[in-house]
Amino acid sequence: MKFDILIAGVGGQGVVLASRMLALAAVKAGFHVSTAETIGMSQREGSVSSHIRIGDKTSGSLIPIGQADLLLGFEPAETVRNLPYLRKGGRILVNTHAIPPASRPPGSPEYDPMALLSFLNAHCPDLICFNFTKLAEEAGTYKVANIAMLGAALGIGVLPFPEDTLQTVLDTEIPEKHRAVNMAAFENAVKWVSGVRGIRI
Amino acid sequence: MINKKLLMGNEAIAFAAIEVGVQIVTGYPGTPSTEALETIARHADRCGIYTEWSSNEKVALETAVGAAYSGAKALVTMKQVGLNVASDPLMSLSYIGVKGAMVLLVADDPGPHSSQTEQDTRAFGHLLNIPVLDPATPQEAYELTKLAFELSHEFEIPVILRTTTRVSHSCGDVKIAAEEPAPVEASCEGFVKDRRWTIFPKLTAERHPWLESVQVKLSERFSGLSCNSVSGDGRIGIIASGVSTLYTQEAIRDFEGLFKLFKVGTVYPFPEKAALSFLSGIDSLIVVEELDPYLEEQMLQLLGKTRLPVDVYGKKNGFFPFSGEYNVDIVIDRINKVLSEMGETLRLSHALPAVSKEELPPLPIRAPTLCAGCMHRTVFYAFKQAAKQLKKDQKSDTIFSGDIGCYTLGNAHPLNMVDTCLCMGAGISMAGGLFRTNPEAKQVAFIGDSTFFHSGIPAVVNAVYNNADITLAILDNRTTAMTGHQPHPGIGLTALGTSSKAIDIAEVVQSCGVEFVRAVDIDSLENSLESCVEAAKEAMNFKGPAVVVFKGKCAGLIKSDKRYKIDPESCTGCGFCIKQLGCPALFLPVGENKALAFIQDSCSGCGICAQICPSGAILTQDIKHRV
Repeated sequence: MKFDILIAGVGGQGVVLASRMLALAAVKAGFHVSTAETIGMSQREGSVSSHIRIGDKTSGSLIPIGQADLLLGFEPAETVRNLPYLRKGGRILVNTHAIPPASRPPGSPEYDPMALLSFLNAHCPDLICFNFTKLAEEAGTYKVANIAMLGAALGIGVLPFPEDTLQTVLDTEIPEKHRAVNMAAFENAVKWVSGVRGIRI
Repeated sequence: MINKKLLMGNEAIAFAAIEVGVQIVTGYPGTPSTEALETIARHADRCGIYTEWSSNEKVALETAVGAAYSGAKALVTMKQVGLNVASDPLMSLSYIGVKGAMVLLVADDPGPHSSQTEQDTRAFGHLLNIPVLDPATPQEAYELTKLAFELSHEFEIPVILRTTTRVSHSCGDVKIAAEEPAPVEASCEGFVKDRRWTIFPKLTAERHPWLESVQVKLSERFSGLSCNSVSGDGRIGIIASGVSTLYTQEAIRDFEGLFKLFKVGTVYPFPEKAALSFLSGIDSLIVVEELDPYLEEQMLQLLGKTRLPVDVYGKKNGFFPFSGEYNVDIVIDRINKVLSEMGETLRLSHALPAVSKEELPPLPIRAPTLCAGCMHRTVFYAFKQAAKQLKKDQKSDTIFSGDIGCYTLGNAHPLNMVDTCLCMGAGISMAGGLFRTNPEAKQVAFIGDSTFFHSGIPAVVNAVYNNADITLAILDNRTTAMTGHQPHPGIGLTALGTSSKAIDIAEVVQSCGVEFVRAVDIDSLENSLESCVEAAKEAMNFKGPAVVVFKGKCAGLIKSDKRYKIDPESCTGCGFCIKQLGCPALFLPVGENKALAFIQDSCSGCGICAQICPSGAILTQDIKHRV
């Protein structure tokens, strides 16, 4: 078994936390797991990604080009940036809520999120895109969009562990005072995505 | 009983150290090494381990040396550039050796992701005559930490556990002795007076032959260890260490029959006997290693000594890159290049991506930047304004010297406020040198609070002693922010959270003899920018060393009850706030008729944008509920 997940986003979006939850669930389900996380300078609003490799058929923690089975894009531009890691036929979930870079250094292209979302739609037939930040806000805070996207990943049924494994991990790992809002976002995302399963967005 | 637990490499190292009975742990935060000490700190009280964040790596090492001389088991943690700071005591320590045990965790950062250099600690170990272990995974980091303590105790020599970012910051399922590390009954003989603890030319002359003999003994021992292993029996040899071994294993999957892989876990002293036995039956050797051609040089030396006819393909003849981080795809390409050179027809293949890199549309550059609401932005912007006015009034230019920390990000567009940056503490002394050669320009150096304590103080002393006409802006956000908010000597808290004496930075510089010292409390000021600009101008106009301590709370630590919004009636869409500040909370949407600036959720209410808006269109907003 081999299942490679790449989470792409911007520093501050909770990419590392989401990656940790998936890795914990994988270990709980009895799999071998190896992750590579971005910790350090890029966490200050830079491009960040986490690689989560599940199963015995991998060795290093970095997913090679064309091997990710699932790409969780927390932000449109960062999703597109990491597309080459996705294998042919791999699944993508993308949060349509764009985070524009803080400044536009000379030579940096204009950020047009709609154009990038159209590019994703044109190139990735099974794409699921949704404003998970809005969903998170409705649950209580925009900050739990990361957990909402884990819910959506679980909802489309691609994760290689039983449904309640991830839920148990979240219950254990998220501190009491934040649990309700995280679980609300998670469950709302599971519900939302089950309604659209199989439908081209 | 063996448990399986998801651990980050650094956590695995911490668990192993606790399990072998480490008694004293010291370090200075540095990505990617920081979490090792933080993990031990969480268990320190329960397990009876003395743990401290020291003021710098040299101090951390020397503190651990004192403990190890007394027979204790000590661990010191740092990133690779921290080893440069600690190298003075370490170089001497190798001659004296230790009692008890002493292990250094030194984390290298190929890439680099969060470092000034791409130095290679394997080669540093060679220079120091100190053994270096090089794990590839969190599991190996756990095992080699235990081995490091064992070797250090047995051979009475410090041992370096060298990791890279992809080991320290990789999480994996690690087989450990217990779910939570249990306290270990550990004794410490105490310091016994002996001339062996006092380095002196005569002692060094006596100890040097011992040190060299230890290298030979260690090389012998290493050749028999299972962490140096050979797999496969193909005719093309590959030697690798650390994560490069993993990339290689994945690259040659399905073609194992062609290759014979020698994975080196104890890189220095080089396990020559094991390497020689690996070489039998091999006529071509590929060396896969990040950073320096360290293994390549060891093998070339061995092949030269033994006159074995083996072709070597590595960095020195252009087959592998010297710099940057490796991955599976790079290793595939480079092995294919070697195969082509050897006249082989076989090629290793890449997976096919859904969309190739070449097909991607242009993407915005997203460089790291100061957080929304960061006090450093206010100070940088204030000095920019002050320098502009001095240029206008006095025709003098200003050179801004930066330092290492979050505020290195003052270099980013549009602030562009860092003209030089070299290493921890260098900004102040470099400003002094720039003053000697550019006396007509104003010199401003920026340094953070933790970096000030790390290595800024001697530079302040020098500026006073030699009367350098420089302005020092100390950015005191009350934490070591970049590495994840560790305490430092100015906070009044230790690594374990117990209270300690908080050292006042302004008092330190005053006692160093600085005559101009001002303190500006950014958070308490209604119009922080104006006060900062005034303080900056006054300091820059002062003849001789002048210091302004800017105090504020780190935006990453506070939950602000304030937030700003744009008044759509007043906003003209001029974009001045965005173009001037580069705050990640501000943006101007594209493609709309009358584009108004927009403030995102990450706003933490510093209000500097409101202070500079030419139309007064940025107003405070009540917050109903923010988590």
